[in-house]
Order: sequence, then C-alpha cells, then structure tokens
Amino acid sequence: MSKAVDINVKHVTRVEGHGNIVVKADDGSIEKVEWQVPEAPRFFEAMVRGNNYDDIQTIVSRICGICSASHSLAALKAVEDALDVKVSEQTRKLRILLNYAEQIESHVLHVGYLVAPDLLGVKSVVPLVSSHPDLVKTIIAAHRLGNEMMSLIGGRRTHPVSVKVGGFSRIPTESQLKDLKKKLEDSVPKLKVIAEAVLGLADKLPAFERDTEYISITNPDHYTFYDGDIFSTDIDKTVDIHDFESVANEYVSAQSTAKWTKWHRDSFAVGALARFNNNADQLLPLAKSIADMFGLKKGCCNPYFNNVAQIVEVVQVVEHSLKLIGELLEDGLDPEASKPPKVETKAGEGVGCVEAPRGILFHRYKFDDNGICTGANICIPTNQNHGNIQKDFEELVPQFISADKTEDEIRLGLEMLVRAYDPCISCSTHYLDVEFV
Amino acid sequence: MSKPRVAIFDFACCEGCQLQIVDMEEEIIDLLSVINPVEWREAMSEQSEQFDISIIEGSITRVEDEERLRSIREKSKVLVALGACAVTGGVNKLKNNFDLDDVKQFVYKDDAKMPHLNTSKTKAVCEVVKVDYNVPGCPIDVDEFAYIVRCLAIGKEPDLPTYSVCVECKKKGNICRFEYGELCLGPITLAGCGAKCPTESAACFGCRGWVEDPNVNAAKDVLEEYGLTVDDLKSKMKLFGSQQENTI
Repeated sequence: MSKAVDINVKHVTRVEGHGNIVVKADDGSIEKVEWQVPEAPRFFEAMVRGNNYDDIQTIVSRICGICSASHSLAALKAVEDALDVKVSEQTRKLRILLNYAEQIESHVLHVGYLVAPDLLGVKSVVPLVSSHPDLVKTIIAAHRLGNEMMSLIGGRRTHPVSVKVGGFSRIPTESQLKDLKKKLEDSVPKLKVIAEAVLGLADKLPAFERDTEYISITNPDHYTFYDGDIFSTDIDKTVDIHDFESVANEYVSAQSTAKWTKWHRDSFAVGALARFNNNADQLLPLAKSIADMFGLKKGCCNPYFNNVAQIVEVVQVVEHSLKLIGELLEDGLDPEASKPPKVETKAGEGVGCVEAPRGILFHRYKFDDNGICTGANICIPTNQNHGNIQKDFEELVPQFISADKTEDEIRLGLEMLVRAYDPCISCSTHYLDVEFV
Repeated sequence: MSKPRVAIFDFACCEGCQLQIVDMEEEIIDLLSVINPVEWREAMSEQSEQFDISIIEGSITRVEDEERLRSIREKSKVLVALGACAVTGGVNKLKNNFDLDDVKQFVYKDDAKMPHLNTSKTKAVCEVVKVDYNVPGCPIDVDEFAYIVRCLAIGKEPDLPTYSVCVECKKKGNICRFEYGELCLGPITLAGCGAKCPTESAACFGCRGWVEDPNVNAAKDVLEEYGLTVDDLKSKMKLFGSQQENTI
C-alpha cells in the first residue's frame, strides 16, 4: 500500500492528564510511532520532604483527584510501616471499603463517561444524555453510589479527610452502614444493566492481542486490592512489597516526563485486566458470572478488554463490600477501635501498597527521629503502563496499516487503546497528546 | 441573551477540581442550560479557539505553560481560577521551598538535565495573568462553583464570603478542633466550604487560602488558650500556602 499516514493528535481527550500520540508512516514503512507524556512534572517525591508524618497523606492524596483514596491509603500504610503503628481489624475493613468506593467511582466514570462515547460513536457523554437517557441515568446512579460511599467512609468524595495514621478521625454509624448496604444491594441490577449495554457494544472493542506481562498484588485469601504480595504472570512465586523497586525498575524515557517501568520484559501492564489475569479464580459468584457473560478468561491479553475487567471488578467490590459491611455490623462498630493512637516518632522507613483503580501503587517514605519526612519514592500505576502502551502501539500500528484503515480510524483506534488503559496522567505527572507527524 | 462560550483548561494539578464538576452528575445538565461548553479536554473531544469565559485549573510550573496561559487570557473576556492550585499555587508550591536543581535531581537523578524535564518555580495563575474570579479550595466546593458560573452567565457580581472558616464552623455547631488538641487553620482561612473538614472531624488545613483580614487578636486569644502560637498556625499554613503571601 502506498498511503501516507501522518496524524498528529495533541492532548488525547477524555483521559485524566495530557498525552500525545505521534505516528508517521509512508508507503507501508513506519518512521515513527510514539506514545508521549509531556505533562508538567510536580515533584511530589521531592516536596514531601520536611513535612511531618501526619501531613504526608494530606499532601500526596493531591497526586491524583481520581485515585486520592488509594494514594491516601498507600501513604498511611507506608507511614505506619515506618513508625510501627498497627491498625485494628475494623480499621482495615473500613479502609478496604474506602478503596472499593474508589474502584466503583473510578471504573464507572471510566467505562461510562470516557469509553462509552467511543463505543457509541460520539465525542462525549453529553449527546448520550438525549440519545441514551436511561443508560446515562443508570451510569450516573452507579457513579454517585461510589461517591456517596467515599464520602461516608472518607469524609468527602475526593481527598479523604477522616483517614488518619493508625485509624479514623470519625467512623460511620451503624445505621449509615445499613443504608449503604441497602444502596449497594439495590445497585446490583443497575450494574447488570450497564454490563449488558457494554456487552451489546463489545464488538466495537478491537480484536487486538499482544502477549503481555501482567502485574498485581495477590493474596491467598481473596481477590485483593488492599493487602498482599506482588505477583506477575511471568513468575511462580510472589515478591514482598518492600522490594517493589526491583519489580518496577523505573527509568526515564525521552518521550515522557513520567518515568517508565519494566521487569521481565521490555514493559508490563497493571490495572483491572492484570488483577483479573492474576486473581480471577478468587472472584465472588456474581462477578464471576459477569466475566463469563463476556467470555473473559484468565490469560486475556487484549488490552481493550481492560474495560470489561473494570465492569467485572465493580461487581466484585460491591459483592465483597456487602460481605464486609455484614461482618462489621455483626461485630458491632466500635469508635474506640478506630481511634488514631498516639504515635511515638522514630527514625525509619516504610512501604505501603494498594491496588488503585489503574493498578498497583507503591509508596516508600523515610523519616527522621522527629517523624519528619526525609525522602520518598512513589511508583504509580499509569507510569507502569506507559511503556506497555508504547509496545502495543508498535504492534498495533502496522496491523492497522495492513488492514488499510483510514487515518481517522487509526487515530481513533490508538486513542481508544490509550483510554482502555484508563491512564491517569495527572498521577504520573500529568500529560497525553497524540501526534501523527 | 446568548449563552456564554465556556472553556476549561488544566495545568499542573490532580484534576480533582474538574472531577468535582463531573461529580455534579445531573446538576451539571442544569448548569449547561445557562452556558455553552466549547472545550473541556477531560470530558469532551471538541476543541475551540473562541470562548467568553475560560476556567483555569492547576498551577503554572513551566515557561511554556506561562505562554499557553497568556494566550488563553488574550482570548478570554473573563478568566476564572479554579481550585487551590490555580488560586494560590496549592500543594504544588511546596516545591518552591527547595532549590529547583535539587527537586529535579531528587526525582530524576542522573537524567535530571534532560531538557523535557525542565521546571520553573510554581506560580498561581494570578502571578502570570489577570484573574477575574477565584473558586478556591482543594478540591473546590461545587455549589460555590455553580453559583459563580451562574452569576457570570447572567452578568451578576457573585456575593462571596469575606470571613473565616470559623464562622461557618460555629454555625454548624461543631466542637472546636482545638478542643481535641489539634491545630486548626479555621481562624485564618477563607470561608465558603461550609467548614467541610471540621464537620467531618478533621482540622482545617487551609486549602482555601488566607482570609483577607483575619481577626488576628481573636486568633491569638484562642491559640494562647491552647498553648499555641501564631507561628504554629503559619507553619501549618505552609501545606497549602507556601509563599502564598505573594499571591493573596
């Protein structure tokens, strides 16, 4: 084929942050395929230094507006690890519920507001309000539920304020938890409606597969988002989270202000599909049935199916939330059990890890004798996916060109790929542009 | 009256303030009845060169971003700074407490000299261009945002609080956070959030910035009662207000 491909999309839309796609090809030969991240770096790792241990969560939750709860939880766990602070089982369960609230809110926002317009051939959710009013209302209700749950546990829906080192400044009442339980139960049929709507459009997800290393945390007891060890599809034993630097292997790319990562191969992927591929055997029954509905099985390496895995996970966390709330209510809520303890400061270092909606999130902090932060290393999921997006591009673009796709189709296919990863570039520093030079 | 063309732009920030707008859910449809959104990268694919009102999220951290902001200002009849990062510089200004080479070196190590990793001192939007209206807070309060946008759409001057968070906190009937042995920035922080954090059992950490004319004497009395000083307050204000005196 003799067609020249010269596409230059600056700042991919409907993602968090700024990124570019640059592709130049002529006469079937590809000169340039680049995933670029020109977001303005904010230097959180440097600027937390000099701050008190109990201000770290407040600062670093501002890394990301969408996954502020995950950043808060990873930071708190790292501080507690460094200062030897233990939390109660009640606190642990409430924190998991906060993480789940964020999974619901973030996954629904991504699939419903950012990806659905692609599947329905429009440019934003706005025209869907009139063309698909019932579906949009269902998506809004599910999204709102995530936010309400976040407010209830975290004190507000973005940048939680009630989470503290060692506990909570205040916890919900039993009657509030009962209300939440009822709302979560009522959400299940709505989530099925969303899943069925996406299933009806699943043929719009490109049939692209590339064998990929998938990394997440894993836990022998449950499909985990909050605690576990690091696991990869490429290994047969787990790695302790304290050794995360040996997994992430961050490096600087000239294409990006965000760092990239690699482990056993040139790149790896994290996020909903990675968690599914590593932990699908532990899905609860309803979530399992949604995965089956889509024919989603372990070993799926079509990155576009990350969106399907997100739907499965929304159902999983709703199902597990119901179980956790049931246990909390059965044991009876005790405000004393979550009261933040008086912390004795000491020099030390700690690591905290949770699964943010977009994948595994690591925080490491060092403190001096007075509990003042002297150093930090934060490795966020979107950074871990950047290299993999690049590798997908390199394989996808020749396929698109061979299939004689138009420039517009190629652009959309690449933008959809980027969106499939649900990049949170404000986390990773902040940026995403598509440029076909 | 034709609906004003509104564009939202983001600079260095967490995009949490835009998320608050998304989180308005159905209410946003209501707000859309008085404005015409023409560019909003996070939520829609359309782009525009012409707009009446520009809403700027994030702080300005690079020379090239200052240029982009100036170009937006030139095209805007009204410019609104959205959220702490835009209004005061927010947590991003913590960077200014260090030497720029030091922060680059700390994060990027040997690669720090690569040109695409350049950074400048973090600035609030008003340190680069004229700002007409502020929507403070980290994140913003959506009711306040919707109120300001509605006022602008109908050409009315918004009536915003000039008093401190303590006033709203007292109205809520909250027990003072000082009673819990905490350092609360309510006495010196601009109200308008409904004292959200103290109401959720957490001290105010000053995300809305200094109130213009705080009642310093009353604050001193309160602090004295709890064995604290104005310097304690100032040191806590560094979180969201490093070098903020230059911007407020």
